[in-house]
Amino acid sequence: MPDEQPILKVRDLCTRFKTGRGIVTAVDGVSFELYSGETLGVVGESGCGKTVTNKSIIRLLPEHVTRYGEGSVVDYRGTNLLELKEHQMRAIRGNEIGMIFQEPMTALNPVFTIGWQIEEALQYHTDLSPSQRRTRAIEMLRLVEMPNPEKRIDEYPHQLSGGMRQRVVIAIALCCEPEILIADEPTTALDVTIQSQILRLMEGLKQKTGTAIILITHDLGVVAQACDRVIVMYAGQIVEMAPVRQLFHNPKHPYTKALLDSMPKPGRAGHQKRLPAIEGTVPSLFNLPKGCRFAERCGHRQNNCETALPDLIAIGNEPHSSKVRCFYPLGETA
Amino acid sequence: MSPPPTNSDNDPVLVRVENAVKHFPKRGGLFNRVIAKVHALNDVSFTIKKGQVLGVVGESGCGKSTLGKVVIRLHRPTSGKVIFDGTDISQMSNQQLRPIRQRMQMIFQDPNSSLNPRMTVETTIKEVIGLHDVVPESKMDETIDQLLKKVGLRIDDKMKYPHEFSGGQKQRIGIARALAVNPEFIIADEPVSALDVSIQAQVLNLMMDLKEELGLTMLFVSHDLKVIDHFCDSMLVMYLGNVVEEMPCEDIHAHAKHPYTRALLSCNPITDPDQRGELTVLEGEVPSPYDPPAGCPFVTRCAIKTKQCETENPPLLDRGNGHRVACWEVE
Repeated sequence: MPDEQPILKVRDLCTRFKTGRGIVTAVDGVSFELYSGETLGVVGESGCGKTVTNKSIIRLLPEHVTRYGEGSVVDYRGTNLLELKEHQMRAIRGNEIGMIFQEPMTALNPVFTIGWQIEEALQYHTDLSPSQRRTRAIEMLRLVEMPNPEKRIDEYPHQLSGGMRQRVVIAIALCCEPEILIADEPTTALDVTIQSQILRLMEGLKQKTGTAIILITHDLGVVAQACDRVIVMYAGQIVEMAPVRQLFHNPKHPYTKALLDSMPKPGRAGHQKRLPAIEGTVPSLFNLPKGCRFAERCGHRQNNCETALPDLIAIGNEPHSSKVRCFYPLGETA
Repeated sequence: MSPPPTNSDNDPVLVRVENAVKHFPKRGGLFNRVIAKVHALNDVSFTIKKGQVLGVVGESGCGKSTLGKVVIRLHRPTSGKVIFDGTDISQMSNQQLRPIRQRMQMIFQDPNSSLNPRMTVETTIKEVIGLHDVVPESKMDETIDQLLKKVGLRIDDKMKYPHEFSGGQKQRIGIARALAVNPEFIIADEPVSALDVSIQAQVLNLMMDLKEELGLTMLFVSHDLKVIDHFCDSMLVMYLGNVVEEMPCEDIHAHAKHPYTRALLSCNPITDPDQRGELTVLEGEVPSPYDPPAGCPFVTRCAIKTKQCETENPPLLDRGNGHRVACWEVE
């Protein structure tokens, strides 16, 4: 666990959208820190706000319908990113904070070669000459283990397979050596054998460059394999934040526990038995319950869960101890 | 060894596929001639006994969905036989197929695109029942109500349109539609892949209950080894249009032999941070199905390949206990 100053501090982030049905709060009071050289996992089901949180950090949400809360702060090296002008933000985005998107086919422009697309980022953020940019682009492709980079650099996205396209997206994200890399479901569209290649690649790059990674995923297997610390989100809020071992071996929030239990396990014990599913569905953001947002589906709920919303409270006194949003966190032996 | 306790050798076979081959032509060039063929299925044979669930696992493009569609005859196989309950249906016309189609139904991956957005749940189900004429008009309402209850939807849901439901509920509608004509055999093509983990467990539980209750036989296609392992009795592992291994699910972890199956097992991220770093990463990517390797389909990525693997495709040999492996190097 790194113990220096965090590179990114998110304080009480609230993101609201104006919609046809009124204002909706997609992210509600999210706070966390990110340290250099760590991989922070963000997990949750669709619509829980994990993507919106990260798009708020890099300000990629449509400005005309998005409002940030009064006290929301995204502190990157002493600057509140939420207050920057678009042109100031552009100098940071892609340069100091890189992004990898889920679907590599839509993230790449089909009418330009992949070399052009890597060089575009370099042209905007560096003073390299055209020939230096090309050398650097080939270097980047080699770094992401693209086979035959000198030839591939002049190819178009449609000539590449899904795994190779994702490598190009990673090369673009990393070509300016960002301090922070936000990866939004980077392997979800890929097959498992390609997924393990990409995860290994990201791990290797992190160790080489010391980049901090925020890895957004819905796959708990990916979290277990790739992350150091984990944030679990539910209906726009953080419900649990813990080091990865603790989260898997000793989950504190009933939702985390239920998520882990509902995965099919290898081995014969549960074979063709009913899975402990979480009944019901995620509440609509337009019609949130007054109390705990998970109360309706929770097996441990008590009377006050339905009337009061618990805070995110630290368990233990250590600086990196886990936090949980529950009145009745699960015990040590849970 | 654990359940299911069946004396499966005596069970009659419901579905038998013999040497099924499916090629898709690629047209182009002058006069739009056939310039290449996608080898989607290459000499696939297997049987499914009554009441059994056979899983098909593999990566995208391995031919697992094509296999499902050939079995239900949405595709006509290029050669080979598909025998359903003793009848060869591989070359039947649509008209001949109709009575048989009532006995086999399909559940699709994406409930958004497999449900008609302009039809209410009731019309969707009525359409299928009407096509096969299995329920008299007077009993229609009662039947639909029972179906909805069975799949865990409310009776007043039947007047709603698909967009009013969540992903998991839409998949329940898809299941209700498949069950509406009392089929014996269900082909489920990635039925839970588009769903969140918590909803995935709900739908798997539902399918498990229905299978028990109605005694269904199933072909379950998925890319997720964890789901196949949990749900199925036995499984086929496919790679580039070939079956490379078939085995009972209880044997997966201890006895999987084919190097591709072993790689799939170790690539599947284990939900335990203590078992990290044990991923053996499979280098390279799947070759193009337009131009598969001459020998073993897996030869380009295999760690234990020999000279023979590059020239000859290994046959799928029986190793006892329903375990078949296609590999030269496996004893």
